[in-house]
Amino acid sequence: MTRTLTVLGIETSCDDTAAAVVRSDRTILASNVADQTALHAAFGGVVPEIAARAHTEKLDHAVEAALAASGHALKDLDAIAVTAGPGLIGGVLSGVMLAKGLSAASGVPLVGVNHLAGHALTPRLTDDLAFPYLVLLASGGHCQFLIAHGADRFERLGGTIDDAPGEAFDKTARLLGLPQPGGPSVEAEAAKGDPARFDFPRPLLNRPGCDMSFSGLKTAVLRERDKIVSDKGGLTRQDRSDLAAGFQAAVADVLAEKARRAISAYLDHAPEAPAIAVAGGVAANRTIRAALDRVAADGGLRFVAPPLQLCTDNAAMIAWAGIEALRDGYDTSEPVVARPRWPLDRSQAPMLGSGKKGAKA
Amino acid sequence: MSAEIRLHLSDAEATERLAVALAPLLRAGDTLLLDGPIGAGKTHFARSLIQWRLAEAGLSEDVPSPTFTLVQTYDDGQVEIWHADLYRLSDPLEVVELGLDEAMQSAIALIEWPDRLGDMAPADACRLRFAHDGEGRSVVIDWSDSRADLWRRSFEEEAATA
Repeated sequence: MTRTLTVLGIETSCDDTAAAVVRSDRTILASNVADQTALHAAFGGVVPEIAARAHTEKLDHAVEAALAASGHALKDLDAIAVTAGPGLIGGVLSGVMLAKGLSAASGVPLVGVNHLAGHALTPRLTDDLAFPYLVLLASGGHCQFLIAHGADRFERLGGTIDDAPGEAFDKTARLLGLPQPGGPSVEAEAAKGDPARFDFPRPLLNRPGCDMSFSGLKTAVLRERDKIVSDKGGLTRQDRSDLAAGFQAAVADVLAEKARRAISAYLDHAPEAPAIAVAGGVAANRTIRAALDRVAADGGLRFVAPPLQLCTDNAAMIAWAGIEALRDGYDTSEPVVARPRWPLDRSQAPMLGSGKKGAKA
Repeated sequence: MSAEIRLHLSDAEATERLAVALAPLLRAGDTLLLDGPIGAGKTHFARSLIQWRLAEAGLSEDVPSPTFTLVQTYDDGQVEIWHADLYRLSDPLEVVELGLDEAMQSAIALIEWPDRLGDMAPADACRLRFAHDGEGRSVVIDWSDSRADLWRRSFEEEAATA
């Protein structure tokens, strides 16, 4: 067996500032995410961390705290793994700069990690899944089905051609006057509603393949809302709950049906221990989770949903992805460069924004 | 020359045609302010425009929504294109922090929720106000630039053959 690696992970690619220390025997020694909930605006979204220096200040403390909790000094670690993209450039840069500084000062080698690989590899950290497995990565900014063939080999089966489902939840919350972030607030509202009252569209459901579209769904919610308002002069609580429930049911249906197709494509690889995992904040939604669980069971697949704090953005997944990269022979002499866009599967043509007509190129 | 242009966009393809008609006319230093409520077609317009310019340059890239990352940048080989969603900004100073003030000078800037710019919106910017209009959308274009007429003609020719 190879020797045990202990790695510091740093994640600053969007709104969160996080640091963690993880060991290659899948033990998370420390993991903290700077709490953003105090910054959530009552309406209109999570306040983003725009200033790179604010990220940097918080990150200093986050790294210090993670190291202290892990009981390791920086110089004793095997590597520093940092998110090098994709994400908000200011955040990514501040993480990469800090990691480079720490690496230069301590002599500990640096590993640049793809944020999406961090999400996609989390089921190996939490549940020790064997390659190849299927993963649905669904969050505020991303939505794709991937087959994980290896730590650096992902095959994208399909994804959203416009908005990510997390964004659709946020915008539906805005339309219904529910608080941000929209994931939990729409789910809570939907629990009181009738999912069958409104027949919202299931975009691209009948198209072959695993591509999805969620942009039209928010427009459909808006139109139903406005129709009710103009008929009755306002929305009742029940109307709002029913709209939320109908919306959520549509998202769950689309994800479940596309998961069914992704499973069929994945099973062509004849995996020894077939499994589907979800990652990203959308995995927290119980209706969506239940729908995916059913589809997995129908296909004879094991269903893995990591605990929520490892589904949303965190640094343990970055440390883990760093460990996987090192085991695969990652060359730490390569300079780490911040990359705001960084697709996981570079063999596939991009599909986001390719629209119905498709790009010319 | 600053007369407003009002157009009806019957469907998403019409929004795309409008973007594609403008795409070849843009150059460094142009700023487009994309106003309008959720679902009015702001992102679809921006995405179509970016996709066209990239395709012309033989490039092809994902054009994700900038809602979470605030800014997405592209390079079509001639000029940088910035696609921003300022909805989550709370202070115009954050525009500077993002580097958007410089981008409005040196790049093509497509800006959603431009009211967050405060007084930083360039005076010569092209403003598009999208709205829901029956089953389709409407747009009011306010641009004091001679290219506005070219754009309109190009869109109408395209619409006639669509």
